[in-house]
Amino acid sequence: MTADQVDGQVDGNGPEFIALEGVEKVFRVRRKAGRLRRVKQEVRAVDGIGFRIGRGEMVGYIGPNGAGKSTTIKMLTGILVPSGGRIRVAGIDPSKERTRLARRMGVVFGQRTTLWWDLPLKDSYELVRRMYRVPHDTYRKNLDRCVELLDLGPLLDAPVRQLSLGQRMRGDIAAALLHDPEVLYLDEPTIGLDVISKARVREFLREVNATLGTTVLLTTHDLTDIEQLCRRVMVIDHGRLMYDGALDGLHGIGGSERTLVVDLERELPPIEGVPGARTVKVEGPRQWLAFPATQSAAPVVAAVAERWPLVDLSVREPDIEDVIARMYTRSAPKPRTPEAR
Amino acid sequence: MAESFGRAAPVRHGIRAYLLIVAMWVRSTLTYRASFAIMAVGNAAGSGLEFVTILLMFSHIDELGGFGLPEVALLYGSSATALGLADLLLGNVERLGARVRDGTLDVLLVRPAPVYVQVAADRFALRRIGRLLQAVVVLGWALARVPVDWTPGRVVLAAAMVVSGAAIYGALFTLGAAFQFWAQDAAQVQNSFTYGGNAMLQYPPTVFAKDLVRGVTYIIPLAFVNWLPALRLLGREDPLGLPSWVDFLGPVVAAVVCGGAALAWRAGLRGYRSTGS
Repeated sequence: MTADQVDGQVDGNGPEFIALEGVEKVFRVRRKAGRLRRVKQEVRAVDGIGFRIGRGEMVGYIGPNGAGKSTTIKMLTGILVPSGGRIRVAGIDPSKERTRLARRMGVVFGQRTTLWWDLPLKDSYELVRRMYRVPHDTYRKNLDRCVELLDLGPLLDAPVRQLSLGQRMRGDIAAALLHDPEVLYLDEPTIGLDVISKARVREFLREVNATLGTTVLLTTHDLTDIEQLCRRVMVIDHGRLMYDGALDGLHGIGGSERTLVVDLERELPPIEGVPGARTVKVEGPRQWLAFPATQSAAPVVAAVAERWPLVDLSVREPDIEDVIARMYTRSAPKPRTPEAR
Repeated sequence: MAESFGRAAPVRHGIRAYLLIVAMWVRSTLTYRASFAIMAVGNAAGSGLEFVTILLMFSHIDELGGFGLPEVALLYGSSATALGLADLLLGNVERLGARVRDGTLDVLLVRPAPVYVQVAADRFALRRIGRLLQAVVVLGWALARVPVDWTPGRVVLAAAMVVSGAAIYGALFTLGAAFQFWAQDAAQVQNSFTYGGNAMLQYPPTVFAKDLVRGVTYIIPLAFVNWLPALRLLGREDPLGLPSWVDFLGPVVAAVVCGGAALAWRAGLRGYRSTGS
């Protein structure tokens, strides 16, 4: 898939569902400077961001901690009022018509639940149904689908506070979809989940996007989420949009590397002569080989297996911080570097 | 969803959302009936002890600041009923500070209902009805005993006293909550005005220093909860010697403080939405 395809999707299919132009969010914080003196300081959490998302797209929004991801989501949902710029979601200004937009969107916060903590899951859903005025048959249909695909059946009678993190997240995602939202925002939906829960959540999101055409914007720390779900990824750092396009392109620009970790039968000198890969670390029988993220792992694995006594292996994806750090070093000098923070 | 959004529509939607959330909590409370009964009785007993204190006092004296037992019971009952109503209906707004601190206020902001309604209705504590019932019993007993010639005008005054009293307490709860947008741990300040004010209003104004009475008349208008209208009902002069029409200002004062509380809440919420947590 190329960046052109993604762009084509934006401009071609459907109206511009989400549109941001020069959006800013400036926080004024008071910081201690000396015993009594306070210094007012401006923090530009979001610093002139613009993008468009078409109806039915599924977009990943990534960046390191404090980059401005959550602030953007909060402005899109109407929780925060932007300091500057223009936001439209389905033609609505979120900060002005928060409750009207609320009926048309679903929000999942990975860090906190949108359910009622002390109520059983099914009572929470019932309350959502009434609050959003969901017609009975729509509610039934949506709830049944969520219960089936997210395996919520055994959890419906439990108070939310008794659910595990993974169960709660599934419960939260279901709650956000009961009223047939046109757009679903997920802020770190897989944070803290185990591998199985992550896989289940991803599969469900893919299904919802594919069958219902729900527009999805998700923030994450986990590049695997993006790889498995999103054709388009946006990278934000220091409140600025650094990249907007296909994930492959991001790896290309950043020149980021994946790592093949191999366990050999015994301690051996560093592996050499594998095309495209270089050994970056050796620790007893375990060795780390770096190769470009755009390249397939298969030939590297084959080349190693052919000439070395291989016991076990795993492939590590580059993490976001790494990709972004490389973006800085590769591109022309930017006004601010990560170290300057 | 695209209903006719008249001017009254937001209020109607708000009340509907309030009732929905409250109904859910009531149902959830009543699944454990025994536990609810114990909590409600305990709640009533807790506030009932305050009245027992008054009864004990009157077993030794006949008058307190020139007021007999039925008259003090009227003050006690009217203030406690007003506070009980406000506490039952809106008392949970005082948890706003905790919501700002832990970020759960954001969750309320993405739902299609006014934030105030959601905060007020959340964890609706039906057990507080125990306190309210206890207060109503004392008020009923007092109304039957006080030497008042019940004309229709006096009946209206008594009813207006309880309703505006509840509104004034409700406004104080709301003001306190609005303040928590800026100072998240300020719940105790507001408690000193509501619960503390109630403890004071249960006694006749004649036993307090005049400056204190002035303070709760002009600054925090607690005197309008029950003192001024009750003194009028009982045909007594108020200690500040205010003109007699002031005694009827309860509903006006209630409307003004409610308006002020609404403005403060809006300002607080606007500040939150532009600064984040």
